[in-house]
Amino acid sequence: MPAVSKGDGMRGLAVFISDIRNCKSKEAEIKRINKELANIRSKFKGDKALDGYSKKKYVCKLLFIFLLGHDIDFGHMEAVNLLSSNRYTEKQIGYLFISVLVNSNSELIRLINNAIKNDLASRNPTFMGLALHCIANVGSREMAEAFAGEIPKILVAGDTMDSVKQSAALCLLRLYRTSPDLVPMGDWTSRVVHLLNDQHLGVVTAATSLITTLAQKNPEEFKTSVSLAVSRLSRIVTSASTDLQDYTYYFVPAPWLSVKLLRLLQCYPPPEDPAVRGRLTECLETILNKAQEPPKSKKVQHSNAKNAVLFEAISLIIHHDSEPNLLVRACNQLGQFLQHRETNLRYLALESMCTLASSEFSHEAVKTHIETVINALKTERDVSVRQRAVDLLYAMCDRSNAQQIVAEMLNYLETADYSIREEIVLKVAILAEKYAVDYTWYVDTILNLIRIAGDYVSEEVWYRVIQIVINRDDVQGYAAKTVFEALQAPACHENLVKVGGYILGEFGNLIAGDPRSSPLIQFNLLHSKFHLCSVPTRALLLSTYIKFVNLFPEIKTTIQDVLRSDSQLKNADVELQQRAVEYLRLSTIASTDILATVLEEMPPFPERESSILAKLKKKKGPGTVTDLEEIKKERSSDMNGSAEPASVNASAVSTPSPSADLLGLGAAPLANSAPPPSSSGSLLVDVFSDSPSAVAPLAPGSDDNFARFVCKNNGVLFENQLLQIGLKSEFRQNLGRMFIFYGNKTSTQFLNFTPTVICSDDLQSSLNLQTKPVDPTVDGGAQVQQVVNIECVSDFMEAPILNIQFRYGGTFQNLSVKLPITLNKFFQPTEMSSQDFFQRWKQLSNPKQEVQNIFKAKHPMDAEITKAKIIGFGSALLEEVDPNPANFVGAGIIHTKTTQIGCLLRLEPNLQAQVSV
Amino acid sequence: MIHFILLFSRQGKLRLQKWYTTLPDKEKKKIIREIVQIILSRNQKTSSFVDWKDLKLVYKRYASLYFCCAIEDQDNELLTLEVVHRYVELLDRYFGNVCELDIIFNFEKAYFILDEFIIGGEVQETSKRSAVKAIEDSDMLQETVEEYMNKPAF
Repeated sequence: MPAVSKGDGMRGLAVFISDIRNCKSKEAEIKRINKELANIRSKFKGDKALDGYSKKKYVCKLLFIFLLGHDIDFGHMEAVNLLSSNRYTEKQIGYLFISVLVNSNSELIRLINNAIKNDLASRNPTFMGLALHCIANVGSREMAEAFAGEIPKILVAGDTMDSVKQSAALCLLRLYRTSPDLVPMGDWTSRVVHLLNDQHLGVVTAATSLITTLAQKNPEEFKTSVSLAVSRLSRIVTSASTDLQDYTYYFVPAPWLSVKLLRLLQCYPPPEDPAVRGRLTECLETILNKAQEPPKSKKVQHSNAKNAVLFEAISLIIHHDSEPNLLVRACNQLGQFLQHRETNLRYLALESMCTLASSEFSHEAVKTHIETVINALKTERDVSVRQRAVDLLYAMCDRSNAQQIVAEMLNYLETADYSIREEIVLKVAILAEKYAVDYTWYVDTILNLIRIAGDYVSEEVWYRVIQIVINRDDVQGYAAKTVFEALQAPACHENLVKVGGYILGEFGNLIAGDPRSSPLIQFNLLHSKFHLCSVPTRALLLSTYIKFVNLFPEIKTTIQDVLRSDSQLKNADVELQQRAVEYLRLSTIASTDILATVLEEMPPFPERESSILAKLKKKKGPGTVTDLEEIKKERSSDMNGSAEPASVNASAVSTPSPSADLLGLGAAPLANSAPPPSSSGSLLVDVFSDSPSAVAPLAPGSDDNFARFVCKNNGVLFENQLLQIGLKSEFRQNLGRMFIFYGNKTSTQFLNFTPTVICSDDLQSSLNLQTKPVDPTVDGGAQVQQVVNIECVSDFMEAPILNIQFRYGGTFQNLSVKLPITLNKFFQPTEMSSQDFFQRWKQLSNPKQEVQNIFKAKHPMDAEITKAKIIGFGSALLEEVDPNPANFVGAGIIHTKTTQIGCLLRLEPNLQAQVSV
Repeated sequence: MIHFILLFSRQGKLRLQKWYTTLPDKEKKKIIREIVQIILSRNQKTSSFVDWKDLKLVYKRYASLYFCCAIEDQDNELLTLEVVHRYVELLDRYFGNVCELDIIFNFEKAYFILDEFIIGGEVQETSKRSAVKAIEDSDMLQETVEEYMNKPAF
């Protein structure tokens, strides 16, 4: 006999449930269920019409079987029949079955909707309630199509019962969430806002949920809800604990409604009306004050409800981020919770502080809790809480505490739960990079990461350390030395072998002077790990070996012997075999010069957003990390007095940027701003003319050269008695890279050598240029190289100016040339047929889309030269397209970051005199 | 917004499932298995919150039953604990000292009570009196034990 059966009990159902519970095995249970299903099926198919009670009972049994996890493929019709019963309990079971087992059968949906429509029109509040619950439970698009027009009317009708209004509000909310397009705003919206004033707190509670969701999408439409919400909230927080009767929960007045109102207010900025704003501030202060009062009950429900309101109030304070006083009070309150004996409160305090840390008003206050948070990391028994502590440490990190936080995170990593290791590794890597003042510290940190949690160090992390080492020459020697030492550990992680292999291959020469790390020792050390590594790592090591051949000619034969061994040349892995064969040949036949060129040190990597950060964002989902970064970026200028590296790609960095940018991009030598006292002879003049703003007029003759570069990418851009400037450039789609070679033609050093690329204001918005500073001294006869990374954002007309300033002998030199970056560099050829071409040609009827120019040929017209020019210009040369074989036709696409523009070109030479385009 | 509510026993038997988002049955079963396992493997003294995918699980044990809600990131965790408590109170008031067996044998009532309290994942009525009243109205017709025993047992 079941424990209880209330109201209209179903004995047969109780017996069936007992039977199932008494089944000793899964098989017995399935047998009993199948027997029951057969029984129900026969009853439903039987000739005798079933009475309402039996129908209800069998439908309920089917529901029970379904909830046990078995499939149900019949009984839907009987359930629909129950919907039109006049007995509440039968109708109720029918609706429950439909809600749980929705079927997309269109015939049934029509019947169900019909029954719902009848109940909605019945004016019987209990029936209306059931119908609304069913719509909300199913929440399908079909339901929305059928009822989204009707429900707002029920919601705002004057004679609707309160309980129905509540159901209608939340039902509408559900439909709006699934199909917002089917719930258009209308007259009803303003009346819904006024439900915030309703006398019935249950109605207000339901309406606030609806308004909050609607206001997120249509803030203008629901603006008036702000002042109503504030006054409602104010009435609640100032009420005595018994005023609200049933809506007081363990001595806390209307906690659900309070939290919902505070949520609604988070859809808006702080109220503009000073009166409303003052009232809200009072509310928030009252809530904070109440937190300090002794509890009215020892029950956990009391403190939970009270603190729920408090945390929501703190969320609102953080959202507004405008009242320093409230922010600091919030921070202090959370600080108390950090030490609370309730784990839940510690968890929530850590979480909430994370957002508080990104406010400029409270960042410092949050930082004062660092010791407590670090302690939490060490002592908390719950991994979710430790995870929050890690998040908070990450959020509160800045230049002042980075070393401590990174050290603690590394410590924690040794014992951290496997589930959060990778995330901690990413966080440590980001913080170490972001706040590295000293790059030796950065390199140490990353190598520690690999040592402690090598398996969790993703590719992004070790790629990044290599990028940074390559881009910063001040750390290369240290990095080589450190990886060399780390590799000496008897067992080291494969990721360390990768980093070590790469770095020694590039910079092993920097430590080769020390007999303890002579070339041969370096090679033997790496090669001792070779056989323990996976194929990709071995492939990387082979590349290191061939780099060694270039760096250390003295061990060339040793390396060749290794490459020549059977295990390499006949390796089963194609990639390894190919590398071994090719590297061996390369080392044998190539001259030292060629080797030196092929195996030259890697050029600096183009700077873009750290891939690690991107990975962390991906891991944490958009939102959390991005917001934090953006807020920090905004704040950084006043907090730390320097820009964050995340902003690198944001604008054209063409002049030395004052930011202490750790990516080494903008950190152009500032040496020239303080001329050495020895050059006292022309000190005044020097100080004046050294300033980067004094740009020399364009060097004579440079325009001629500029024109030559329109159709070609490499060559000499400028030359005088002192200096030669050569260019090599490559372009792909909207990106390009230009290598500028500065050759000192004299035998004397150039001092304070400062090349600067200058873009006019117009140009800056359409062309993104990034340069790396060059060494300020250029020895006599030497050549230095500078890389310019180019991104075309939108179309442009002008060309950037390259200004070069240096001191030769006692005199200051200042010259400028136009840098041949023209729009056609981003021109990609497109092949098309004659028909296509002329169809498109004719479509270009708008005068703005067409330019015709007739000009006199300066040079004798030679068909081959013209063809070469058109190809050099960047377009495809389309042969046999134009009916006149003498005409030239070209087509291509100009790639910019923002758009791609197709471009067609026809050249009709008139051999007598003129050429027209 | 609450995405779903699960009630399960310490042995991992599911007693009630309520979904406020539309998911295929297969997916639901997978989620249930995963979550029951996560929660049962947590020891006591831990917090009542677990990050799960992009949602947060808030759970509490009452005697032999676990009550677990999945909420969104910005939802209020502490108040969700009290949603659970209020639901237990409603069950208690209806059944009188509710126990797991009540929910097993009167599962449909447990669903009805939940529907009166929460719609579409949002709290509808927080007053205990109003929420239970609707269900009690429907039970006006109380039957005697004899009447009940006279009903067919199949």
